[in-house]
Amino acid sequence: MDANLARSNQKKIRSRAIEILINVILLAFLAITALSLAFTKDLFASVMLTGIYSLLSAAFFVLMDAVDVAFTEAAVGAGISTILMVTTLTMTGRYENRKLHHPLIALCVVAVTGVMLIIGTMDMPAFGSDVAPAQVHVAPYYIMQSGEDIDIPNIVTSVLASYRGFDTFGEVVVVFTAVVGVLALLEFSRKESDITEKPAPMFQHKILRIVSKILIPPIMLFALYVQFHGEYGPGGGFQAGVIFASAIILYAMLFGVEQTRKAVSMPVVKVFAALGVLIYGSVGIVSMLNGGNYLDYNALFENDITGQHVGIIIIELGVGITVATAMILIFLTFARRIGKSNSNSGTKEGTA
Amino acid sequence: MNFLEQYNYWIVILLMMSGFYIVIAHGNLVKKLMGLTIFQTSVFILYISVSKVIGGTAPILNDQYTVYSNPLPHVLILTAIVVGVATTALGLALAVRIKEAYGTVEEDVIQEKDLQQEGSAE
Repeated sequence: MDANLARSNQKKIRSRAIEILINVILLAFLAITALSLAFTKDLFASVMLTGIYSLLSAAFFVLMDAVDVAFTEAAVGAGISTILMVTTLTMTGRYENRKLHHPLIALCVVAVTGVMLIIGTMDMPAFGSDVAPAQVHVAPYYIMQSGEDIDIPNIVTSVLASYRGFDTFGEVVVVFTAVVGVLALLEFSRKESDITEKPAPMFQHKILRIVSKILIPPIMLFALYVQFHGEYGPGGGFQAGVIFASAIILYAMLFGVEQTRKAVSMPVVKVFAALGVLIYGSVGIVSMLNGGNYLDYNALFENDITGQHVGIIIIELGVGITVATAMILIFLTFARRIGKSNSNSGTKEGTA
Repeated sequence: MNFLEQYNYWIVILLMMSGFYIVIAHGNLVKKLMGLTIFQTSVFILYISVSKVIGGTAPILNDQYTVYSNPLPHVLILTAIVVGVATTALGLALAVRIKEAYGTVEEDVIQEKDLQQEGSAE
């Protein structure tokens, strides 16, 4: 009996040692990526490095048990934001050919700040400690009570959608506002005359085209799975929205933006972006009308647990709709701008 | 052992400072936004490092486990990532408009053109 216990203990210690080893290596890779990003002049290489950086940090988040976060980082950081940066580069140019601004002074400022921050870490609690202040405040309540209060296994979803639902509402509004900003900057000031009907250059690659065509429906299906499985496993509205949008973006990259605009009606997408926020907000209004607080799902139904379940499913749907349409709108607006921006700068150079 | 206890925080500071260096030393606006992204992700890494409990598991309730990592930072960072890409997109949109107006996204050239314009206005 004792031998068994000792063996399982030894196994535990070994697996922890491996965990720490992977932690050290992954963080070292992250540091190398960030440093090489600081010293490369080729912006295209820089974008690829940020993609690698995001993927590495997603792997790190899995190691830290933050599976939901890793899911989001992999979809957003390595996917959407890389594509957006590449799209911007086609308009702003690939190389930064300028010298650095006072690199020595910058280095000094950065070094001094860094040293001061490192002095600040000296009295931080040890990594992984279970008695650190962060671990003893509200987290134990969420871990012990969420099973009873809300009755869904994924604590992250419980906190996101119910305990801190008001906070998440704010985040959704921020995403919506950013979309409005992007549309105001890039959509309304363009002339309609220079729309090009020709398909994207990717269209000529037969293998890419066929494989992507096969992949697009499963990606959408997976997004729906992530959306409605978010209560039981990693996932939820934020991740599902991004994955759904990536299917549409893949289509747009292959078949051209104008073709996509025929398949996905832009006015409808814009209405849906607002509709998602509206769905989220109106759940709060309904719970207020039923006599509860804003976003207090217990007031939605007689049974508290049913109220929580229904409330979470509806607001996750609102989040998913807003995030998906936001990402689609942002990408399509950027991609449409390419034609105008290039033809504009062409005429400018011609007249000069 | 002390080295491993603070290692994550030190790497976070290194990442944060390389992001900071890119933001202040590079003149290209798109590169500056990349530096901001690095900075932002380093903050995410800090939060998630704090949430880890050694020997814990992912915060999805199961009868087999009793020790879970802290779910609260996960929630904060999950939403911050999506908000982060939306705000980065807004920044990139501004960079595109600046490129269209000035023909460049290099900070010093933009400043020169602004100064010239002011001079000719006077």
